[in-house]
Formats: sequence, structure tokens, C-alpha cells
Amino acid sequence: MAKIEIKNIYKIFGNKPQSVLPLVKQGATKEEILEQTGHTVGLDNVSLKIEEGETFVCMGLSGSGKSTLIRHLNRLIDPTDGEVLVEGHSVMSLNPEQLIDFRRHKMSMVFQRFGLFPHKTVLENVGYGLEMQGKVEEEKNKIAMEKIEAVGLNGFEHQYPNQLSGGMQQRVGLARALATNSDIMLMDEAFSALDPLIRSDMQKQLIDLQSQLKKTIVFITHDLDESLRLGDHIGILNAGKLVQVGSPVDIVMNPADAYVEAFVKDVNRAKVIKAKIIMRPANQSEGIDKADLIRVQEDQFIEEFLPKIVCKNSNCEVIDKQGNIKGYITNKELQSSLLKS
Amino acid sequence: MKEFFKSKKNIFNFVMLVFFGWLLFISYTSSKRKPDNVGELLKFDWLQSWPKWLDLPLMAWINDAFKKLNETYGWIFEAINNFLLAMLVALKNFLILAPWPLVILGVVVIAYFASGRKIGTTVFVGFCTFFIGFLHPIFWQKAIETTAIMLISIFLCTIVGIPIGILMARSLRVRDKLLPVLDLMQTIPAFVYLIPGIMLFGLGAVPAIIATFIYAVPPLVRLTDLGIRLVDKEVIEAADAFGASKKQKLLGVQLPLALPNIMQGINQCTMMALSMVVIASMIGTRGLGDEVLLGLQQLNVGKAAEAGIAIVLLAIVLDRITQSYGETLQERSTPQNKKSK
Repeated sequence: MAKIEIKNIYKIFGNKPQSVLPLVKQGATKEEILEQTGHTVGLDNVSLKIEEGETFVCMGLSGSGKSTLIRHLNRLIDPTDGEVLVEGHSVMSLNPEQLIDFRRHKMSMVFQRFGLFPHKTVLENVGYGLEMQGKVEEEKNKIAMEKIEAVGLNGFEHQYPNQLSGGMQQRVGLARALATNSDIMLMDEAFSALDPLIRSDMQKQLIDLQSQLKKTIVFITHDLDESLRLGDHIGILNAGKLVQVGSPVDIVMNPADAYVEAFVKDVNRAKVIKAKIIMRPANQSEGIDKADLIRVQEDQFIEEFLPKIVCKNSNCEVIDKQGNIKGYITNKELQSSLLKS
Repeated sequence: MKEFFKSKKNIFNFVMLVFFGWLLFISYTSSKRKPDNVGELLKFDWLQSWPKWLDLPLMAWINDAFKKLNETYGWIFEAINNFLLAMLVALKNFLILAPWPLVILGVVVIAYFASGRKIGTTVFVGFCTFFIGFLHPIFWQKAIETTAIMLISIFLCTIVGIPIGILMARSLRVRDKLLPVLDLMQTIPAFVYLIPGIMLFGLGAVPAIIATFIYAVPPLVRLTDLGIRLVDKEVIEAADAFGASKKQKLLGVQLPLALPNIMQGINQCTMMALSMVVIASMIGTRGLGDEVLLGLQQLNVGKAAEAGIAIVLLAIVLDRITQSYGETLQERSTPQNKKSK
């Protein structure tokens, strides 16, 4: 069973969304709807599944509906039509008290502009979710301190958010989301407001934390490199429609349409593609010069062994973890995989 | 015809039209100066100047209603009158019986803590307070009478205005209904409600308190509403996402962050209340205002000016105390100037 399942979600913004819904279902485009009814289509028949423990990245340009989508998961926004299931239970069927309880225990959220409480100290901010859960002061502070240490902010716990830099503020946001110990973490463009160096730093921190915690993370971003780096699966939204869902390699190698293609055009493929994807299988190895082979693991990215190939100017043999030869990579395979289509 | 009544808007317009027709009919039939027979209307000489019979008997209606109100519910106003008067007399006697140096000392202490221990403000406020009595010995008692009326009006404004402001911020419908009422309260001339005030509560301090309340409460309501609605949307979303209930959100996030604005509202409320002092003196309210009035009546420029200055001094004292308290709060919620420990 998928951890989170979204079924045929429609979201229409405007005065009478229900009256416009049939039009959207008949397949009218966003522009037509806006012209005819003055309503904006936020999401148009989006369905996807997110498995337990994976990082699902939802990507799209601004206005593509990605922030709207993530807000459906904890019902900060109600859909016009469709269903959201978390662990098999419909989020839509929760009454107000159940919803509050659900938000307290099941999901936590990190915001683009941090969403910290300016009148509370770092410690109080991180402890906010625990306070909502009804934890006593002592336990709350203990857990909050642990999380503050986990994100490397020791010594700042009695400062106010405004006294911290952007990167530090987002660490507070991250610690606050971690503190509630919920299985699911929603990250809405969490690193978009940070400068590139700090962003890459935060990405690494998230990857490290995730390798220990194994939470289900739904991450929103407009940055392709970020999504390729973090995502186990990536969903690409365009104008409220989900145009492609797949692994990073899928997206880069087999873009579903022109929109995705334009998106991945400038990506550094060597960073994304693994040796096993491009190798020629061992049983089709006739005619390959097997002198002076470079040995690479099947899970290595091209980027990691490319310099060796350039230096030695010879072919590679690809092996699995047990050392069995799985295939070969020659200049031909390299060329076809790295050239922009 | 059936088509016409299908739309709610048309029905409403039709009802309004019938109502207008009824008003015309009533004004004609109830007028004492209508022509002897209806036939005379056909001469159309009444198109020249506004005819005497085209006169809505609103005055008579209001007078009748007011009389009825006074007769049936007089005891309620009596009770309100007694309650407010008792509060006022207690406060006034306390301040008058206390030795004046002690009162000045009290003001200074309040100013010191409200301003966040700023020496400059404190000394300034102390001197202003001293100069009120220094201008003319009789001003001291008069100023205390004025202050007592104001403090009670402001107290009323706060306990009524802030909850109404909160309601307005929460519900668009309440806001739409209340905004015109606030506009009315701010634009209708004070005398219009002073006169019925006198009739309901008698001459003296209580109608002044009521009038001051009507005049001074709108800015507090508006600023409370504005302050709450101006709280960063992402911060509110964060509180929601971590499962804050409505009450927790209001008390823990919205009100603390709106507090600087609310304090500004109380400050505005105070200033508007002071400007009511002179007007209220015309209905026999004792205080600094009646000195100004006396100066005017005797064409004594010096006396009027002295009393005017005393009012300004009182305004400065109250303004400095409320204003600096607001600033202190603001610093606490946005502490970027604070030195880090």
C-alpha cells in the first residue's frame, strides 16, 4: 500500500468552483476556463502514489500548481474534487478535531519563507509542534534541543529567528518539522529562498538526515538539479497537470513531452545517469577493445568515472557488487548518453 | 413576468421599489400641508420648488421610538448609568484624594516601565504631568476628572473594540456588515448622539463616556482587525500545519503578532477620546474642557489658551505612555536590534 495516494484531484479557484468542474473534466484548457468563467484551474486531474520512506520531488515552474498540490496533503487547501489517502485513510473524511490531530501527529511541514514565529525563540519555535501535541515543558525542551543539535544550531536556542541568517532560519524550520516525529514531511520549496552554497549544504544535510530517519518526504522545487539530487521519484507538473512521474533517470533519458524535454535540456547528464543504464550488456560485447579496461561499479554515476576514461582513453567494464562483469561502456555509449537530444 | 422573479436580485430590487413607493405614500398622507384634494396635484406647480408634503416623517418616527425606548427600557439605561458613575466616582476620588506628588510619581513609574526603562521619555512625561498643575492650581483636579472619564472610556473601548476587531478579522461577512457601521460612527457629528445621550443618562459624565466611546472605538476596531489580518500568511499556515486549534492560533500567534498594531489602536483611541473632552464639556461634563469653554464665553484668550495647553500636555502624557508601550512590544517581537548574548 502506498503511504500517500492522490486520486484524481481537481482544484479550481474562484467563486463557484463546483459549477466549473464539469467543464474542466471535459478537458477545457486553463486559458479557456479563465476566459469563459473567470476561474483559475489550480490542479487538473492529478493522481500519484508516494511510497513509504521515499523522497518524492514534485517539480514545476511557478504557477504550475505544485504548492497547491502539497497543501492538499495536510488539507491546508481542500480539493474541489478527488481524494487524498494517507496510509489508506481518506484525509477528506476527517472532521475538524480529527484533522487537527492528524496534522499534529502524521505530517509536518517546512515552508519556503520559513514560516517561523518571530515572537518565539528558536527553542520555542522548534518545540511548537510538540506543544501542540500536548507534551510537557521538560520533555518538549529535551526533544527540541536534540533536534536543534541535529541541524547544528547549538548555542542559538535562545535567539529569535530575526537574529539568524536565512540558512540558519531554515534549519530551525527543518528542526521544527523533525521534532514532531511524524512519518511524513512536506517541504514546500524549502531551500528556494537560500543562496546556492547554503542550498547545496542544506541538501546534503537533508540527504544525511534522511538516510538515518527514512521518512516519507514530499519535496517541492522548481530547481531540476535539486530534484535530481534529492528525489527517488520525480513528478513534473505543468499548468496544473501531472505530465510525467518517474525516477530521475527516466525523466532525463525519456522526457514525456516537449515541456519536460525543455526542462531537462540543460541538465548535466553525467550527474544523473548510472553506468548500468548506458552499458552494452556483456553478451553483446563483440568487437570491443578489451585491452586496458577501466573497472566501474554498476551504480556509479558517469561523472565519477568520466575523468578516468578521458585520461586513459580506453573502454570500461561494468561490474556488480559481487564483481561479475555485467557489460561494457565504449565511447559510442558515452556519446549517445551525454549528447543533448 | 415569471422569468423576472426567478432572479433573487430582481426580487430584491422590486421589493425596494415597493418600499420606496410606500415611503412616498406615507410622506404624503402624514403631511399636514398636503393639498386639500388630490386633483390639485395635476396642476404640477409643485415641480417648481420642493413641495411641503414631500417630507419623510423620519423626525417624528425617531422621536416616538426614542420616547418609547426611554419609557420601556429606561431601567437598563439607569443601571448602566449607575454602574459607570460608580466606577467613575471611585476612580476620580481615589486620584483626587491622593496627594499630587504621589500621583505624579505614579505616572512616572508607569511611564518608566511602559517605555522599557527609557530615562528620556520618563523624565519628559514627569515634567508634562507637573506642568498641568503648574499652569493653574485648579487644572490639577480638572485634569484628573478628565483623565478618569477617559480611562473609563478607553477601558470600555478595549473590552468591546478588541473582540469586535478579532471577529472582523475572522469573518469576511462580519467585516462587510461592520465596516459601514464604523464609518457611520466616525462621520456622524458628535452632537447627534450627545443629545439622546443626555436624555437617556442625564447631564454629566456618563453621556460623555458613551459619546467618547462611540467616537473613539472605531480606530481600535480597525487596527485590531488590520493587525490580525496582516500577520504573515505563512506563519499562520505553519501554525495550521502543526495542528493548532483556532484558539491556540489566536492566543499564541495572531494576537501576539498583532499586538503592536493593537497598541497603536489604543493610542489612537486615547487621542480621539481627548479631542472629545471639549465637546463633552458642552453637556456639562466637568474637566479641562469646561475651562476652555469658560475662556471662550468670557472672551478670555489667556484662560482658554492655558486650558488648551493643559489638554495638550495631558495628551502628550497619555500618548507617550501608550505609544512607547507599543514600541516596546514591537521591539520584543522583532528583536533585530537586540545584542546577541
